[in-house]
Amino acid sequence: MHIVVCIKQVPDTADVKIDPKTNTLIREGVVSIINPFDMYAIEESIRLKEKLGGKVTAITMGPPQAENALREAISMGVDAGILVSDRAFAGSDTWATSYTLAMALKKIGDYGVIMCGKQASDGDTAQVGPGIAAHLDLPQITYVRKIEEISADHVVGERLLEEGTEVIRAPVPCVLTVVKEINEPRLPSLKGKLAAKKAQITHWKADDLKAEKGNLGLDGSPTKVVKIFTPPARQGGQIFKGEPEEIVPQLVEKLKDAVIAAAS
Amino acid sequence: MENDPIVVMKDKCVGCRLCIKSCPFGAIAMQEKLAVIELTRCTLCGACVPVCKFKAIEMRKKDAPVAGAVADLSAYRDVWIFAEQKDGRIQSITYELLGEGRKLADQLGMSLCAVLLGSGMSDKTAELVQRGADRVYVVDAPELAYFQDEPYAAVLIDLIRRHKPAIMLCGATTIGRSLVSRVAVNVRAGLTADCTGLAIDPETKNLMQTRPAFGGNIMATIITPKHRPQMATVRHKVMKEALVDASRKGETLIEKVAAEVLKSRAQRVKFVPEAETTMNIAEANIIVSGGRGLQAPENFSIVRELAEVLGAGVGSSRAAVDAGWIPYSHQVGQTGKTVCPKIYIACGISGQIQHLAGMSSSDIIVAINKDPDAPIFRVATYGLIGDLFKLVPLLTREFKKALKK
Repeated sequence: MHIVVCIKQVPDTADVKIDPKTNTLIREGVVSIINPFDMYAIEESIRLKEKLGGKVTAITMGPPQAENALREAISMGVDAGILVSDRAFAGSDTWATSYTLAMALKKIGDYGVIMCGKQASDGDTAQVGPGIAAHLDLPQITYVRKIEEISADHVVGERLLEEGTEVIRAPVPCVLTVVKEINEPRLPSLKGKLAAKKAQITHWKADDLKAEKGNLGLDGSPTKVVKIFTPPARQGGQIFKGEPEEIVPQLVEKLKDAVIAAAS
Repeated sequence: MENDPIVVMKDKCVGCRLCIKSCPFGAIAMQEKLAVIELTRCTLCGACVPVCKFKAIEMRKKDAPVAGAVADLSAYRDVWIFAEQKDGRIQSITYELLGEGRKLADQLGMSLCAVLLGSGMSDKTAELVQRGADRVYVVDAPELAYFQDEPYAAVLIDLIRRHKPAIMLCGATTIGRSLVSRVAVNVRAGLTADCTGLAIDPETKNLMQTRPAFGGNIMATIITPKHRPQMATVRHKVMKEALVDASRKGETLIEKVAAEVLKSRAQRVKFVPEAETTMNIAEANIIVSGGRGLQAPENFSIVRELAEVLGAGVGSSRAAVDAGWIPYSHQVGQTGKTVCPKIYIACGISGQIQHLAGMSSSDIIVAINKDPDAPIFRVATYGLIGDLFKLVPLLTREFKKALKK
C-alpha cells in the first residue's frame, strides 16, 4: 500500500516563552519542529508499511525550510518526501490548505491510507484532515487511537470520543487522523539519518498541481484574520502560605459558593 | 513582487526589526538589513502593519473577485446551530449554542434555527424551542441514530444548500470538528475553529469570530467576508446555556432527504464506553487534576476523593499520562483536551506552557504545589504552597464539612 502522511512544520511550543512584562510570545530563537501529533501519524504510517509492505510518502505544504521536517520523517523510516511550496499559497486558511494538499494527493494518485495528526499545535483547528477527505470525497476516521485491522481494501480503527471508543470500519482509500495514544514515535536510526541526508526531496509548485488558481492562497480562503492580540494576562492570584490546618479552611471559604454554583 | 498580498517597501524599511517581534507566526526575517516577509508562513494577520513606525509594510487591498464568493449576501438568512445529540439526548453544548445564537440572531433581526439529526427524536424539538429556537429542522432516519461523518455531513450540506443560512454554529467537540470541516469544504464556507468569542460587526453585519491560537498565547479575530454561511465551532463551556422558557413558541420542519444522502462507506462496528466511570472532563464544571507531584499511580486516589466530594471530573498532566498512571482521555493540555470549567484544581502540576494551554481559560484556578516558583501559580486565582499529600486530603475533609456531605 502507498501510505501518504501529511505533516506540518510548527514552532516548538516547548521553546516558546512568555515575556512577563509585555505578556507576549518571545519567538526569537524558537526552533521549528514537526507538529507533535504528526509524529504519531508518521510512526503509525511506518508501522503499517512494516505490516503490509509498500511505501510511505510524507508530504508537507510550507516554506522551503519545511524540507527539514520531511528529512526528519525520512530519518524515522519514511521513504520519500514531497514539499509543496509556492508564493501562491500565501495566506491559505484551512479551506485552501486542504484543497492544496488534496490536489497534491491527486497528483500522487495511488494513495491508500492518508494519515494526519489530529490537529497542528500552532493553529489547533483539526480541520485540515477532514478537509482533505472532503476535497477527495473519501471516508474518514478522526481521532484514531488504535488501528485494529488493516488490509489492502479496508481499515478498522478505534476512534476516541469524549465518552468512549467507537470502532469504525472504512474502505481504503480513506483519511485517518490520529491522537497521541496510538503509539510511541521511534527515534531515527543511524541508517535513517544517512538516508535522510541523501534523500532527494520532490518539490511541487502551484503549476505542478493542476489546481484552480482561484482556490489557492489568499484568494481561495474564505476566512480572513482581521485582528491579532494578546489575551489579557490573568491577574496574579492570592497565595496562601502557612500551616495546612490554617490555610485550607481559608481556601474552602473562598471556593464554597463557586462550588455550590457549579454543582447546580 | 506587485502581486504579493503584503509587501515591505525597501525604500522605507530601516531595518529596525520591530515587525519581527510583532509577528506571531515568525514569518519575518532580516535579509541584507531589511525586513523580508516569508509569504509561505505569513497568514496576512496584519499585526506588523501598525507596528512599523515608517509605514514600510503595506497590505494589498484586494477587491478582485474571490473564488466561490457569494454575489448576494442578503440571500443568506438566519442563524443555525447544530443540535448535537448522543443516544437521543440533547447535549449541553447545544444549549450553549442556543444561548449564543439567540444573541446573534436578535442583533441581526434573523431567526434562530436548530438542526436536529437523529432517529425517533421528534419529541425533543420542544426542548430546543424552549431554549430559544424559532425553528427546528429535523431529519429523522435510522441511519442518523448516532453520529456518522458521511451521512451527517451530506444531510447538513443538503439543508444548507436548500435554506441558505447566514451563520452556522457547531460545538468544537470531537463530533462537531469532524463534521463541519467536511461540510465547510463542500459548501465553500469559511470555518473558524474553537471560538471563544462571537460578535456581530455593527457596520458590515459580519460575524466576528475570536479564537485562541498558539495554545492560547495569542487571540485572533477572524471574519468570512464574502462566503456564506459563516461557520464556526464553539468551545465547550465558554458560552452561557440558554435557559428554559416553557412559554416560547416555535415551528418544527421535518425535512426529507434522498436515500443517497444517508449512505456511509465507513461503518460503526461497535461502541465501547469509557471504562472509568468518572465524568467526561470536557463537560465538567469542576475538574481536579493531578500531575507528577503525586509521585505514584496509587496516589491518584487523593485526587479522585477530592473530585468525588466536589462532583468534579478527574484530569491530569501529560507527565502523569505518560507515566501510565491514568488513561490518556484524562489528559489536559496541548496534546490532550482543552477544558474550560468553572473551577480547575491543579494538584502537583508545575504548569508547563502546554498544560496551561489546555486549562488557562478556566474561571477559577486553584494551584497546589510545593514549589513556590512553579509557573502554575502565575495563572492561579488561589495558590496553596505546601505538601499536597497533607493539603489535598485536608481539602477533601473541609469541603465535605462545608458542603455537609
